[in-house]
Amino acid sequence: MKQLAVISGKGGTGKTTLAAAFAALSNSHVIADCDVDAADLHLVLDPTIDKNEEFYGGRTAVINSDKCTQCDECVRVCRFHAIEDYTVDTISCEGCGVCTHACPERAITMERHLSGHWFISHTRFGYMAHAKLGIAEENSGKLVTLVRQQARLIAEREKKDYVIIDGPPGIGCPVIAAVTGADLLLAVTEPTLSGIHDLERVVGVANHFSVPVVVCINKYDINPDNTSTIEEYCSKSNLNVVGKIPYDPRVTKAMVRKITVIEYPCGEVSREITSVWEKVEQGLKHKESQCS
Amino acid sequence: MIISVASGKGGTGKTTIATSLALLLGEVQFLDCDVEEPNAHIFLEPHINERISVGIPVPKVDEDKCNFCGRCAEVCEFNAIVVIKKKVLFFPELCHGCGGCSYICPERAIKEKDRAIGVIEKGRSSNIDFIHGILNVGEPMAPPLIRQVKRHINNRTNTIIDASPGTSCPVVEAVRGSDFCVLVTEPTPFGLHDLKLAVEMLRKLAIPIGVVINCADIGDEEVEKYCDNENIPILMTIPWDRKIAEAYSKGIPLIEVLPKFSGSFAQMHTTIEGLVKR
Repeated sequence: MKQLAVISGKGGTGKTTLAAAFAALSNSHVIADCDVDAADLHLVLDPTIDKNEEFYGGRTAVINSDKCTQCDECVRVCRFHAIEDYTVDTISCEGCGVCTHACPERAITMERHLSGHWFISHTRFGYMAHAKLGIAEENSGKLVTLVRQQARLIAEREKKDYVIIDGPPGIGCPVIAAVTGADLLLAVTEPTLSGIHDLERVVGVANHFSVPVVVCINKYDINPDNTSTIEEYCSKSNLNVVGKIPYDPRVTKAMVRKITVIEYPCGEVSREITSVWEKVEQGLKHKESQCS
Repeated sequence: MIISVASGKGGTGKTTIATSLALLLGEVQFLDCDVEEPNAHIFLEPHINERISVGIPVPKVDEDKCNFCGRCAEVCEFNAIVVIKKKVLFFPELCHGCGGCSYICPERAIKEKDRAIGVIEKGRSSNIDFIHGILNVGEPMAPPLIRQVKRHINNRTNTIIDASPGTSCPVVEAVRGSDFCVLVTEPTPFGLHDLKLAVEMLRKLAIPIGVVINCADIGDEEVEKYCDNENIPILMTIPWDRKIAEAYSKGIPLIEVLPKFSGSFAQMHTTIEGLVKR
């Protein structure tokens, strides 16, 4: 079983569109939506939830006002300015627990709280693991790790060849949680200066964690000069460009109908994404032969 | 007044809106708080005149004083410090810099030193004070850097904050304390779904909001219906235009390529001022 993660650095380049299309193209996979704080894949794959579990991420401090003598010791030690008027602002609380050790009255306890939910579902394209992080919650990295773990367990149980991970944007903890230990990353970029800048940083993350990465340029015809710049950068950095997808308003039409671009007549876009999947699948298989 | 620009879904046009608003207003402070993927500098091209390294305090154990009692490992909620027999192991990427270990150590064997996680760059772009944070590649935690960027907020002037996509901790850190938040979305199922999440987050933070619908003609009417039902003001709509997309791709701000939008931005700002005063 091999794991592919679709990432981008910059948001809105087409990660979910591609991941959903791969789900339609592959015939042996489990899909994992690892963009847990703004998950969208379920809008296209329409999962039926088989299992709904609570996620407890970290703990936050709670002050027992009966015991509190307002000595201010907790306020002094808290580096996150989370204690005001002897109550804890749960949004600011980092969950470090230093205040509990500092309190001479032992009036502060650490309590776990519900940070979100995770789900195991089935879709018209097979099993799916996904999650919903609570509003303004932390610990998205932990939840990403949990979703990946669940997807892997199903893939092993059902003897599926791949776990396809729809990753989050950025380069921070949820991205690191989505890419570490993956077999291959597909970085989706666009021919804009922002897209190029963000691609270079997310490739940096891939290199930092030694995960192989290939690149796909979405809406390549919006700026052919920038597309050439990306190709030059990739060639210099030994990165394989596995596809160039043209801009087509029908991609949005498919999304509005809540279906994948494989199920909607998107012409060249559908053909190119099919070719990207074939190359990515070859890459995953090649990795297998290298490893075994 | 502090106006932040956020979105839920990525790639909807946060930076486009934030940079054009700053250029229109002039004499403002611009903070790019998307420290994972900062892009505003591409559009504002600031002349950077100051670079500040940002770190978080991490433990440095004096093994001569340490008696390996393991109290530090017991109190660390993040498993960043482990004591095995006569050895203290430290995992810097897991450390949140809370100071718990040095606070608790009975032997006073733990001092703290700064570990760099990124940099802040300050500069000037015509009449805009520009500041952004750049998280080091491989570094998981954006919020401490965002907090440091926001320490540079100048209360005597207007501040515009560009946030990262999503609705979790880096976004919360970027938008909290704002007087108003502009949510940029697109009229698609993804745009609407993530807009709803962003609205919930901002309501939790009690920050007044308004919506900008970008690429307003590419999808359906569901975003407008939702805003109507929820009494969320629509501040501006921008149609899909190849000229805008091409200008964006080259790093040219929207109001420079299509100056006719200056009026819409000015009106949006007036509306925001009215909503904040209310």
